[in-house]
Amino acid sequence: MSMQELLRDDIARRTFLRRSGLSVGSMALASLLNQSPARGADGAKPQAAGVVNPLHHKAKIKRVIWLYMAGGPSHLETLDYKPKLAEMNGKPMPESLTKGQPIAQLQGKALTCLGPQHGFKKYGKSGQEICEIFPKVGEIADDLCIIRSLHTEAINHDPAHTFMNTGSSVPGRPAMGSWLWYGLGSECDDLPGFIVLTSSGGGQDQPIAQRQWHSGFLPSRFQGVEFRSKGDPVLYVSRPGGVSNEQQNDVVSAISELNRLHNAKVNDPEITTRISQYEMAFKMQTSVPELMDLSQEPKEMLEMYGAKPGDGSFASNCLLARRMAQRGVRFIQLYHRGWDHHGGIKGAIQGVAGRVDQASAALVTDLKRRGMLDETLVVWGGEFGRTPMAQGNGRDHHMKAMSMWLCGGGIKGGMTYGATDDFGYNPVENVTHINDLHATILHLLGIDHGKLTYRFQGRDFRLTDIAGEVIKPILA
Amino acid sequence: MKRNPLSIVLVALLAISAAPCAEAADAPLPDEIKFNRDIRPILSDRCFACHGPDANKRKAKLRLDTEDGVFKKLDSGAIVTPGKPEASELWKRIISSDEEERMPLAKIGSSFLKPLSDREKALVKRWIEQGAKWEGHWAYITPVKPPVPDMSGLDGVAKDFIRNPIDHFVLRKHREQNLRPTKEADRRTLIRRLSFDIRGLPPTAAEADAFAKDTSPDAYEKLVDRLLADKHFGERMAVYWLDLVRYADSAGYHSDNERNVWLYRDYVINAFNNNKRFDVFTKEQFAGDLLPDADWEQKIASGYNRLLNTTEEGGAQAKEYTAKYLADRVRNASTVWLGATMGCCECHDHKYDPLPQKDFYSLGAFFADVQETPVGRQGQTPVVTPEHQAKIAELDAKIADVNKRMSDASASLAAAQKTWEAELSKKVEGGTRSDMAWVADRDVPKGATKDGTWDYISKEQGPTRDARASRKQEAGELVQHFVIGAKEMIDVGKGDVFFAYIYLDPKNPPKQVMLQFNDGSWEHRAWWGGDHIPFGGNGTNGVNHRKLGDLPKAGQWVRLEVQLSDVGLSDKSKINGMAFTQWGGLAYWADAGVNRDGLGLPEAVVKALQKEVGKRSDKEREAIASHYRSIAPQLEPLRNELKSLAAQREAVNKALPTTLITTATSPRTVRLLPRGNWLDDSGEVMSPQVPSAYGELKAAEGKRLSRLDLSNWLVSKENPVVARVFVNRLWKLFYGEGLVRTLEDFGSQGDWPTHPELLDWLAMEFVDSGFDVKHMIRLMATAGTYRQSSDATPQAMQRDLFNHWLARQGRFRLSAEFIRDNALAVSGLLTSEIGGPSVKPYQPRGYWQHLNFPKREWQNDKGSDQYRRGLYTWWQRSFLQPSLLAFDASSREEAVCARPRSNTPLQALAMLNDPTYVEASRAFAQGIMKDGGKSPVDRLAYAFDQALQRKPSSDESKVLLAMYEKHRAQYAADAAAAAALLKEGDKPADASLDAAELAAWSSVSRVILNLHESITRE
Repeated sequence: MSMQELLRDDIARRTFLRRSGLSVGSMALASLLNQSPARGADGAKPQAAGVVNPLHHKAKIKRVIWLYMAGGPSHLETLDYKPKLAEMNGKPMPESLTKGQPIAQLQGKALTCLGPQHGFKKYGKSGQEICEIFPKVGEIADDLCIIRSLHTEAINHDPAHTFMNTGSSVPGRPAMGSWLWYGLGSECDDLPGFIVLTSSGGGQDQPIAQRQWHSGFLPSRFQGVEFRSKGDPVLYVSRPGGVSNEQQNDVVSAISELNRLHNAKVNDPEITTRISQYEMAFKMQTSVPELMDLSQEPKEMLEMYGAKPGDGSFASNCLLARRMAQRGVRFIQLYHRGWDHHGGIKGAIQGVAGRVDQASAALVTDLKRRGMLDETLVVWGGEFGRTPMAQGNGRDHHMKAMSMWLCGGGIKGGMTYGATDDFGYNPVENVTHINDLHATILHLLGIDHGKLTYRFQGRDFRLTDIAGEVIKPILA
Repeated sequence: MKRNPLSIVLVALLAISAAPCAEAADAPLPDEIKFNRDIRPILSDRCFACHGPDANKRKAKLRLDTEDGVFKKLDSGAIVTPGKPEASELWKRIISSDEEERMPLAKIGSSFLKPLSDREKALVKRWIEQGAKWEGHWAYITPVKPPVPDMSGLDGVAKDFIRNPIDHFVLRKHREQNLRPTKEADRRTLIRRLSFDIRGLPPTAAEADAFAKDTSPDAYEKLVDRLLADKHFGERMAVYWLDLVRYADSAGYHSDNERNVWLYRDYVINAFNNNKRFDVFTKEQFAGDLLPDADWEQKIASGYNRLLNTTEEGGAQAKEYTAKYLADRVRNASTVWLGATMGCCECHDHKYDPLPQKDFYSLGAFFADVQETPVGRQGQTPVVTPEHQAKIAELDAKIADVNKRMSDASASLAAAQKTWEAELSKKVEGGTRSDMAWVADRDVPKGATKDGTWDYISKEQGPTRDARASRKQEAGELVQHFVIGAKEMIDVGKGDVFFAYIYLDPKNPPKQVMLQFNDGSWEHRAWWGGDHIPFGGNGTNGVNHRKLGDLPKAGQWVRLEVQLSDVGLSDKSKINGMAFTQWGGLAYWADAGVNRDGLGLPEAVVKALQKEVGKRSDKEREAIASHYRSIAPQLEPLRNELKSLAAQREAVNKALPTTLITTATSPRTVRLLPRGNWLDDSGEVMSPQVPSAYGELKAAEGKRLSRLDLSNWLVSKENPVVARVFVNRLWKLFYGEGLVRTLEDFGSQGDWPTHPELLDWLAMEFVDSGFDVKHMIRLMATAGTYRQSSDATPQAMQRDLFNHWLARQGRFRLSAEFIRDNALAVSGLLTSEIGGPSVKPYQPRGYWQHLNFPKREWQNDKGSDQYRRGLYTWWQRSFLQPSLLAFDASSREEAVCARPRSNTPLQALAMLNDPTYVEASRAFAQGIMKDGGKSPVDRLAYAFDQALQRKPSSDESKVLLAMYEKHRAQYAADAAAAAALLKEGDKPADASLDAAELAAWSSVSRVILNLHESITRE
């Protein structure tokens, strides 16, 4: 039995062990479970398997890149065309739809319709309807599956982000990327399995909290790591001033050597883990700057994305996402803040669309050319939609309907799934919930969402809580 | 011989199957099956979801969590027939070969249930065969102090091992499990262990040396007592308690803005240092404000009820967040004091424990009187400390003196005033002032939100002045109604006077009435009568708490008037809210707004001037004279003096530390929310009550149960669980794991206590001792069990991998804060001051870039505040200081009973590269060079003594001295590199030391501070 098999076997016993409390903080096992992906002594491939081993079924994809449009992009000016709403522009919103429904900043205000502020076009052979402010995304329309019938359960940014990332608006549950890392392990030995990048511009920057990439009750090593465009790309990854790489290596080697000497006396598996984590940290000091350095990318590539090395833009982040995908990062999440258009939506949404359109499409095209799109899922969308009702010349938060596009392995391209009513207020056809979306993504990765569980406070928790159904019609 | 670390791991892994734990798949069945230990966990895990406490989800009307349910008679026999598995439906269903029949079903909805293992089946079968004896769930049974088993007569091992009653219980389990205690740890390990456990800091080399040399028989006990008396003990305990109650310096949701509650943090530190009884500690936190003659300390403690996450997000709905806050408080109180997982009951009955949904809301109803802002900034309460009190009295006396000198001056101003008066009288003839009612009749200003008790009455129902309606307001204590967020604001002009009409009921007048004005903050208050309402701080006098007179006369409409200067407003202010507050009694409120004219004169002055000179009353004459004094050129110097004093007075007010305290107001209506849906008002109205599984409280006739009743019940002798929950957590602090390992869950799905009798003995000892925390710690820390070595031989690992049976001590990584503290203490940088506002140690720039409303940048503190203990770090919930976060510090959004103890590359990066640790290494290196002798060997010995209280081995010396020599040569050849390294951190390096040498010793120090041993409590 190899070391890896032994570890896997053991992880499988985890639930059983937790039952009797054996694993709660028990250092030896916790240490093994948290085993870093460092090279095993037997020279086995440096890869840490996850708890889902073997997979529940054959996976279609290996990783997810989530282009997270934070702030709540209006579905009515992105992916959900509503000609009737245009006709109703300025007229009162039918009370039958809005009465007694939760509402955010429009509380107590007269509700009138605001028609789509931009035109839509049919793109590609499939004739997918996409707002004309996304011409480049239009070019990849035949690869996209647009979902128009999605809805969520939270109407304010913070809880809605929490819902989108963890499947619940109660704080403290693990983010999807942590679940995937925990469930599937990592494919690379010198980068985290869950990386977050952020950019902003084009609208009001709503705050976003670190809890959105937190591992919740999962072991904290599965926490998402934010890579930054300014300062250290990963916190504390740079050596102190005046310390050369060689000297840093001397320090790390001495730490490990003394730890080994100590372990010979006290027999503590936690020390073995500590030694490998220092090795991983040392590697990251090289691998992270190398990853983040776009200056070696060909000019055409930078132009295709619209990226300038070091500018921290969404475009650069898309290019970085592709580099991370190449290195085997499991879950890559790119937040672009700037979609919270309570006022002046016409100009503002065009502005922010201009910042993400080209790079979103370029990422898909680039992955496709490299033959990686088949094994990657790209998700594009925000935490909720926006009201068909006017808030001045903008739109308020709306949780009943939102749109997203998915693209990549296992997904039917060129299709639109589900529909909202004439106003874009309620989903009326093939209604889908965030839990369904999560179930579908897990399905593509080879995981049955009902089986990826973690026991906490006496209950087996899941990303999909107690709901969720795979959206089968969108699967290729 | 170099040991391959992998082989150790293998031993550990292989040991699992042989571990004598209760549920190892091939472990032999116990001779006597115990329901709670062996059977309940199986039923809970596999059956309760459908056949348990949740009435709405119960299938086939069958419940297996009650005795009645388990022994229910059926037409076909019984669910369980004692002695006869074959006549028990339970058994038949478990072993059925028919997939439709066999329980548990493989899949329910999208969830999967595991079938029973062979061993579990065998347990159930044997339990039925042995007569199916039922036991109630242990945690709901009030503990009785069990006798201490006498294990002293056993043999030499016992004689050396037993130090107090704890050891008898532990030794009995050793015998059952065929284990022997590990030998006592050496003195150096013991003092490190005690020092980290009791004060979260390492011992100094001198302390370790003194303890090693102390030959007195009670050397160890003396050390424990000395450490318990150390002022850092309270800090250590606070680190744990603050995780439980989710203490933080920011509000949590969305913009995650600053809040001040550090006085509560200091209260916790002091409470542990002063060994405050745990029952008192509990009562003060839940209900400090309700205790008779509550003092500031008790009010500060009541800040516990305000520690939850709150929002300021525009567009958030008050009703939704009020529901979230109730749920937050219930989750916290039930986790911290009851060890119950009530979170699920927000939406439905608990699946595993007898906690119906209604208990969630009835527990929440205890907190319905907590005054708070559902959406928006929480009102801070200034706290008047004794020093501030003295300063305030001094300034008030000076102000009174200047005022007197001003009024005395009136005589000398008579002539000038006469001229001025004559001119003005002409202008005001006929009157230029009028009332602008802002809140009138049933109208409120546009865009305003109404909150509090808006009880309109008509003419037929009571006094309404001359309007159609007035607002009746009645309460036992604090009550208010207010408008906020008006779009149609009062644009304040010079000379404006606020007014409000009030009618006090002659039979039941309030004790105090207050008007408050909001110009973005509520810190503008005027009041009449006694000083009861806590807003603005009792006992203070300033613009946020201005007394304007005695209570108005009852039985008639009275006009209350407030000058702008009374409440610190000016002609630049814009008012968007007004509050009408009273303490008890019955009052009617009518029109309120502002009175103004074009001359900038107060109304009283205008009125007086309109009268003929001879017909003016004394009061009117004084109004005119007083106004003239405020503008008379001759009095300019006195006015300036007054202005300066007033400014000083305001400065004192502003400098008062503020905190969040609990203030009781008329309780909100709490309804059971069906499926937890806050939009659904159909649920029944809930009164405060404790969860039914634990007991029931009787309210006095016509009285509502209060937070004080709740806390009294929690710490009553009858309460079955609170003492157990607390001693179990203390045990975790001193042994690494709880006796019940699921510290947060004492329910069916939680772990069975490994030592149930010991747990009960400790719980009752705690109660009997008068909830004496230090007594319990002394017991735990002086037990022979505690004094064992934590070294685990491969054999020990094999016998009891997870150390359930305590035949060795635990070994674990220090908490995040103590890792920082250790580095600062060893390097000599630590500031050892206790308490005060939170501080900001180094944090990478831009880490707060995602915070908004407003945008913020963290400013590193300078000087001694940079080197304070980890627990004083500014606790930003959405972006916790990353070096602490890396070591599993909790974000304090929910109660954390046990932090994970992870081991990650980010920890290595933080300890290698965070300037905190680099600077500490240099400071440590300076100490090594100055005090460690001359030769590298001596210096290294000194360094080990300081950091680890031991000598380096020759292998260790070899590695470190080689690195030292190499780096010294490199830095000698590269002065710029040495200078760069020595520049890390705020403190300048000691220029008298050789830079290359210092840089090289910094490398050595970095290694030592990074060692696993340095951050491990062994």
